[in-house]
Amino acid sequence: MWGQLFDTIFKAEFLFSVIRITAPILFAAMGAVIADKAGVVNIGLEGIMMISALFGVLFSYWAQSWLVGVIGALFVGALLGLMMGFFALKLKTDIILAGIAVNMMGAGGTIFLLYMFTGMRGNTGALVSSNILIPTVSIPLLQNIPILGEILSGHSVLTYVAFLLVWLIWLLLYRTPLGLNIRAVGENPNAASSVGVSVLRIKYIAISLSGALAGLGGAFMSMYYSQGWNSGMVAGRGFIALAAQAMGRGEPVGAMFSSLLFGLAQALRTKVSGLQGVSSYLVSLIPYVVTILGLVVYAASTLKRVKKIKAAHPEVKR
Amino acid sequence: MEQNDLVVQMKGITKVYPNGIAANQSVDFSVRQGEIHALMGENGAGKSTLMKMLFGLEQPTEGEIVVNGEKVSLSSPTVAIAHGIGMVHQHFMLVPSLTVAENIVLGMVPKKSGMFIDFKKAIELTKEYSERFNLAVNPDAKVVDIPVGMKQKVEILKALIRGAKILILDEPTAVLTTQETTELFRELIHLKEQGYTIIFISHKLNEIKQITDRLTIMRGGKCMGVYETASITEQEISRLMVGRDVILDVQKDEAQPTDVVLKVRDLHYTNEWNKKMLDGVSFDVRKGEILGIAGVEGNGQRELVDMLFDLSEPDAGTATVNGKDVINASQARIRAMGVSLVPEDRMTYGIAEAATIEENLISDRFEEKRFNNGPLFNMKAIHAESDRLIADYTVLCKSRKQKVKMLSGGNIQKVVVAREFSSDPTLIIADQPTRGIDVGATEFIRKKLVDLSRAGTAVLLVSADLNEVMELSDSLIVLYGGKIAAYFEDTSELDDVVMGEYMLGLKRQSDEEIGRVCHER
Repeated sequence: MWGQLFDTIFKAEFLFSVIRITAPILFAAMGAVIADKAGVVNIGLEGIMMISALFGVLFSYWAQSWLVGVIGALFVGALLGLMMGFFALKLKTDIILAGIAVNMMGAGGTIFLLYMFTGMRGNTGALVSSNILIPTVSIPLLQNIPILGEILSGHSVLTYVAFLLVWLIWLLLYRTPLGLNIRAVGENPNAASSVGVSVLRIKYIAISLSGALAGLGGAFMSMYYSQGWNSGMVAGRGFIALAAQAMGRGEPVGAMFSSLLFGLAQALRTKVSGLQGVSSYLVSLIPYVVTILGLVVYAASTLKRVKKIKAAHPEVKR
Repeated sequence: MEQNDLVVQMKGITKVYPNGIAANQSVDFSVRQGEIHALMGENGAGKSTLMKMLFGLEQPTEGEIVVNGEKVSLSSPTVAIAHGIGMVHQHFMLVPSLTVAENIVLGMVPKKSGMFIDFKKAIELTKEYSERFNLAVNPDAKVVDIPVGMKQKVEILKALIRGAKILILDEPTAVLTTQETTELFRELIHLKEQGYTIIFISHKLNEIKQITDRLTIMRGGKCMGVYETASITEQEISRLMVGRDVILDVQKDEAQPTDVVLKVRDLHYTNEWNKKMLDGVSFDVRKGEILGIAGVEGNGQRELVDMLFDLSEPDAGTATVNGKDVINASQARIRAMGVSLVPEDRMTYGIAEAATIEENLISDRFEEKRFNNGPLFNMKAIHAESDRLIADYTVLCKSRKQKVKMLSGGNIQKVVVAREFSSDPTLIIADQPTRGIDVGATEFIRKKLVDLSRAGTAVLLVSADLNEVMELSDSLIVLYGGKIAAYFEDTSELDDVVMGEYMLGLKRQSDEEIGRVCHER
């Protein structure tokens, strides 16, 4: 059994699938990073992914264009983020409750929406055809390199976008005035507002961006990964993304590495469950066990950091 | 007085909060161009409220504000800044993980190529102002890593860069060491020479005398008058502030210390940045004496108190109360040994701010039999106990059901002290017991501490207020760099110059001299 397992793992195909599986988590994790930096916990990532995944398929079907689908999903995600912001910032509900509401909409509301728009139940089966799926690209030169080419080339456009985003989000947070404002608002809103930064505006922007990123993750799921929308499709990726954000210490690059770890765990599950003599129920636990372990490690390591900041700055809430 | 050299005039200001509390009642306040003007008063006298209105954080219910001869409506800090008013808050408005330069330009970030932050320009700007006003800061350092004094300079620079000509400083020296205070005063005078106007909120009499030109005194939300600093004595000021003469010297009989209660031996502690905060600290506190711990803040005082009350664990060393170990005991066990703590951070460790006065007062004793009837509370007994404590400790409040956070700082501390002092303690650890509270409450708490010690309680007093620790303690140790630098058996003939030398590490007693603080071998 072990020999069999090693054979599958040490293959380019396996690493290719790790990247493919990581991408949607990475989108949502970047969303979690931005929201968290602004001091908002976007627990609604899961629901946003579900809903925008559905709209991605619908838009692409209506327009017969994958690009319209992706952009549509992005806007739906941003809109949902904005809505959460409206509930939490304007109407002063608890952001966690607003997030839970979005998640429940994602679970139940999507089935209703699907039926309303198409008359289909549970999945979008017949709507999807290959011309409206997100295309894959082979990267010239790279694809010719043995092994490396097999791993890195031939992914969907959005997969590359996901990894590019890590850098873009870092740039946004650490090199632009908006990023500076986001970080200031998240850490000490009083300090930010005392110099004329609108805390509310920054939080709205951050949670909308967060929603938009989760929206891309949703589009990736329905328009590439599962090739169509079905009701159980996102399967906790929004929550895993939150874990990835936390484990990556809330930093874009850190979150990318933890997303990769979760991607690896998912890919491993798929491989192991194919093996003889292993309980598939037990195997399906792997990603979640890894999540918990990851969070434990994270919690232990942050405790000190938080203590340090608190010791020096009793006025800072987080 | 010429009308036109008044840069700020607040006329007939009344502020009534939605909960009905009138924080200011027709207050008149004015400041001349280019002066340092003190705003004095006890906690709850309405100074902060008045200044919040001048900085646009609150709006007056009645009255008008005139800035540079123009009637203004200061609806937000942004508007106040636009009128050249800047404020340095007591609790700094800084973002710890950002650098000094980033904090300074926050909200007015210089850009390059249309979208990116121009870090170079931010640093240049910081340096430029830092040099012009002689306020030395390190633009690249993260705020979390810099000392308090520098944080304050960052705050002042923030205001200046935004064009403030009138600076409001809210108790700026409360968090500073002696040297930092001296430095700050030099910088403020420098600013004054350049034509800046400074409003200085404080209740430290000596500082006011030292640095201000004029002063306005407030009491109970009303203005008690405006004076030239040079023509008013400290006694007069304190009389106007509290309505009676505060006894600046603490009256106390000579201590008759007996058995050792707290015995600390060779405590070591290294903090999370690998800085050795306690390096072999040993001392005894005896029944019936007040042992003071003096020292510039950050020399191990906080760590020491944390160890003694199970808030952290030492790397090595022992501490016992009447022979029983406190290092490995829980707080409940430590309290059961008769140890009371007046914590430095009263809002976090001293009280539950959203709970009522009554709930806070019984929080260490609600499990006692006398407050319970079977599974339920004996509310009658609890009410009686809280009413008694409120009366004994003169807590100024509407009723025992009032939330603690509605009280002024001094009254909050009285709630803490009422609970901690009334449990018949054998040892009281009083950590900065009078910090930031009004003169009346300060005097009350000091007197209580003396009374308790004379009645046989051992008192460990930690205070950064040199006056307090010297006046109140019977004997005294100085902490410097996590070590005991000096032990003075008798504080009566100590002078602050000598103390200063030990506190700043210029001098250190021999080990034998220091060893005398361990009365039991």
